[in-house]
Amino acid sequence: MSNLFDLLVAGLATGAIYALVAVGFTLLWQTSQTINFAQGEFVMLPAFLMLAAMHVGAPFWLAIILGILLSLILLGLAFKMLLVDPMMRHGVLPLAIATMALAIAIKESVKQFYSAEASPFPSIVPTGDISILGHAVSLQSIGVLTVAILAVLGLTTLLSRTSLGHQMQAAAQNPTVARIIGVPVERMILLTFLINAFLVALASLLITPIYLAKFSSGEVLGQAAFIAAIVGGFNQVRGAIAGGLLIGVLDNLAAAYVSTQYRAAVPMMFLIAVILFRPQGLLGRAEERTV
Amino acid sequence: MKSTLVVGALLTLMTATGAFAQAIKLANVAELSGGGATVGTNWKNGIDLAIEEINAKGGVLGRKLEVSHADSQSNPGVARAQVQKALDAEPYVLLGPGYSGSVKVTAPLAAEAGIAQIMGGEAAELTQTGNKFLFRTSFGQQSSMPKVAKYIHDEMKAKTVAVVWVNNDFGRGGRDVVVKELDRLGSKVVADLSTEAGQADFAADVGKIKAANPDAVFVYLNEEESARILKELKRQGVTAPLMGETTLIGQKVIELAGDAANGARGHVGLTTDAPVDLVKAFREKFSKKYNYVPDHNGLKGYLAVYMVKATTEKMGKVDPKKFADTLHGLTIKAADEPGILMDVTFSDTGDIDRQSFLVEVVEGKQVVKQVLPKVK
Repeated sequence: MSNLFDLLVAGLATGAIYALVAVGFTLLWQTSQTINFAQGEFVMLPAFLMLAAMHVGAPFWLAIILGILLSLILLGLAFKMLLVDPMMRHGVLPLAIATMALAIAIKESVKQFYSAEASPFPSIVPTGDISILGHAVSLQSIGVLTVAILAVLGLTTLLSRTSLGHQMQAAAQNPTVARIIGVPVERMILLTFLINAFLVALASLLITPIYLAKFSSGEVLGQAAFIAAIVGGFNQVRGAIAGGLLIGVLDNLAAAYVSTQYRAAVPMMFLIAVILFRPQGLLGRAEERTV
Repeated sequence: MKSTLVVGALLTLMTATGAFAQAIKLANVAELSGGGATVGTNWKNGIDLAIEEINAKGGVLGRKLEVSHADSQSNPGVARAQVQKALDAEPYVLLGPGYSGSVKVTAPLAAEAGIAQIMGGEAAELTQTGNKFLFRTSFGQQSSMPKVAKYIHDEMKAKTVAVVWVNNDFGRGGRDVVVKELDRLGSKVVADLSTEAGQADFAADVGKIKAANPDAVFVYLNEEESARILKELKRQGVTAPLMGETTLIGQKVIELAGDAANGARGHVGLTTDAPVDLVKAFREKFSKKYNYVPDHNGLKGYLAVYMVKATTEKMGKVDPKKFADTLHGLTIKAADEPGILMDVTFSDTGDIDRQSFLVEVVEGKQVVKQVLPKVK
């Protein structure tokens, strides 16, 4: 039983990180129909930016700030202006393929210019345990969960409670009408790219101490977040959150109770079941394609 | 114009007198990227260092050594293709790969070409297939695992043991020998956990170890995964003593796992912390050249090249066909060839006999607790 509790906590902590990444997926899809297959690499890169900052002598806190700022510029602004905008007019599919190419480019560049080897990465949460309901729970798991939940709460508050959030929603739901009523749609789209860049930088900061900084670490994350977004509902932020948590827990339970070899297969089978029986995702809305 | 003529004349003269004798070509295929990048990079750097030293002292039998490096991407399929390509260039000796799985699929190619292959793999089965061209640079599992099991039973006094291993040729080979030995000695395996190469999340595996509550945990994974599981073991507060092999307590693992590596113990065939003067000197030279402390793979790569040198000098000629025959049964003494670092004897199967060490990580450093002598 205590084992199950530990597994749930660890699963939720990993799932919370998947959720952050998956939320970014859905945001980009909703506002600009971008399916970002480089999302996993977007999580891998900020850790290296922070490591690079530390290499040139910056203390950890400054490296975090620099890493997040650089992520906003590279993974938000530059990504939108240099890749999404020029490719968008050719349609969703060429853009999706371009993001796959970007994923390879980021991965290979890190390998080439940094190292193919894993590097250690400091944790923002101290190691140690605290007791919850008689169970020892690691501070790191709690820290990861707390930061992820705060980020998601902040985002949902922004989207549903502020004028800026309403404008973003309007731009996502019907850009033409939004434009007519005076919403600066382009700026709103750029904002979602910046939010995505912030979320992936945050996810990077949380996951890298556990997974280690490595050029290939985005592969697993990108895949997990993609599955999470589809399972939860690609067009709903709350769907991505639920999907992320669910996949995190499912992955851990599968590793413990099915087998380590099939741990990756269980979320996949779940994904197939969702696509077959509830294609809009667990919390998603059914959408019809307009012609 | 005049100077060009002079240089040209000098070159012609040097070639004619043999001062420019053809270099001895070695081919290295190693894990330069992918999951085994730590292994392959250390191995490659060790090779380069040895070659630089040997060439600076005039080469082998007056001929310089040259090496080509190819990346197996830690993938046996790619390794096979790279080895085939390397063999097509007819090298004197093939070096690498480091991963047992990659060695397993490439060894038949080298044997077929009649080229000796000096590799880093440690899986027991590699030297048990009758291949006459394959040589180890470190202990095979059949030599090291019984020592590990004995230590867990006798010194750690563990009646129950959790065994965590990586599901590949290397991990399975070690797991099979250690489980058999533990069983023979009377220690019960209460959790037998296979994990995947490249696995990032060990929460579930450590949860299972915690539930089994063993007296000791035997961890047999590759370096990066070892670091991740050490962190997770610490995160989940597992206090049972940890025992492993070189891959649990290597420099890279200590660097990656930080505090979490403290207290972990391992049987080590090769360590740069060995209380041996020549090894200390190697460590210093390596750290100076590459700016980091090598792990045992750096030593293996270095030794591989000196094995080539010692064997060739024993033959008195560069003869790829006779190389393997000469190395079988050969004892190389560190007093005669300092580059070999410690006295070593090669068996007829290509296995090695050398002294080994029991190491514990204390405050982020490998500390040698016991020296286990050469068997023969």
